[in-house]
Amino acid sequence: MSAKAVSNDGGHTSHGNDEHHIIPLATYYKIFGILIVLTVVTVAVTFVDFGAFNAVVAFAIASVKAALVLGYFMHLKYDNLMNRVIIGSGVFFLIVLWIFCILDIVTRVSNESPL
Amino acid sequence: MSTAKPTTLNVAAGERHHAHHYDNAEHEYQSSKQGVWLFLCTEILMFGGLFVAYAIFHQMFPETFKVGSKFTDVKYGAVNTVVLLFSSLTMALGIYYVQVREQKKAVIAMAVTILCGFGFMAIKYLEYSHKIHLGLLPGDWYNGNLQAMAAELGGLTVPANIGLYFSFYFMMTGLHGIHVLIGMGAIGWVMVRTMKGQFGPGYYTPVEGVGLFWHLVDLVWIYLFPLLYLV
Repeated sequence: MSAKAVSNDGGHTSHGNDEHHIIPLATYYKIFGILIVLTVVTVAVTFVDFGAFNAVVAFAIASVKAALVLGYFMHLKYDNLMNRVIIGSGVFFLIVLWIFCILDIVTRVSNESPL
Repeated sequence: MSTAKPTTLNVAAGERHHAHHYDNAEHEYQSSKQGVWLFLCTEILMFGGLFVAYAIFHQMFPETFKVGSKFTDVKYGAVNTVVLLFSSLTMALGIYYVQVREQKKAVIAMAVTILCGFGFMAIKYLEYSHKIHLGLLPGDWYNGNLQAMAAELGGLTVPANIGLYFSFYFMMTGLHGIHVLIGMGAIGWVMVRTMKGQFGPGYYTPVEGVGLFWHLVDLVWIYLFPLLYLV
């Protein structure tokens, strides 16, 4: 199809002034494999009762999957620091929102007077 | 310098002039991508509002969410998770093949990604129609009768505010589903442009941006699946 053959020197391809890191195909396949395994693990751990930690375990596995998608599929591992700070700030403020809401809810006292 | 573009520019091979307010093509690429990441940040905060609301109500009514999730089918949720993960892989491959100037393979990868989107929405349709048929609708519209079904599932008692669970179910998967549809449209757009040969190793910014959006949609589902199906 394309007239010009592409030199593929171990995932790095040179084209004039653009030197973007190209993640090799094998890495993508590996990451996909790990994501599928982790999905199976997500379903499997629901058969084990960790009590209060059920949600924590599910959330931890989901976060590992999210990190893999961000790092490899979204190329963040090879991206500049600014883009990592941007997405990190989004997650940070989401956690702030969550913490203050939960603190509010669980520390409320009943409005009904005992007297 | 700003007059008369050189006629040697081969647009069909993905060559392109960068916009005049950028120093060079790399500057344009990095700035555009940063803009996409800022947009994704706002997306995280938008979905985040729903996730925090979920956390609050789950904390207040754990039983409602536990019983509610029994009426979702883990099989559908798991299959859709695999479908979306696979579509993320094919989207990443699409960008890879553009980066190494393998146009045809890139178009195939993007087409497969769109097909996965259709597959995801088809499964969503099956789930939604089943729930709507049973009257398991959000909030006040809830008019299901789950007592008989709950008895079969091992004598569960259905909380009176079970509509709360289905409110979260429909709003979270609904907002996510809209993102899937928009993502499919965007991938269709870059796929047609790839077919026209407008992208190559020197210029593929829109493909990268659309790819990032598609991966974010996958990312949201990674959290939605355990929250709604496996509570």
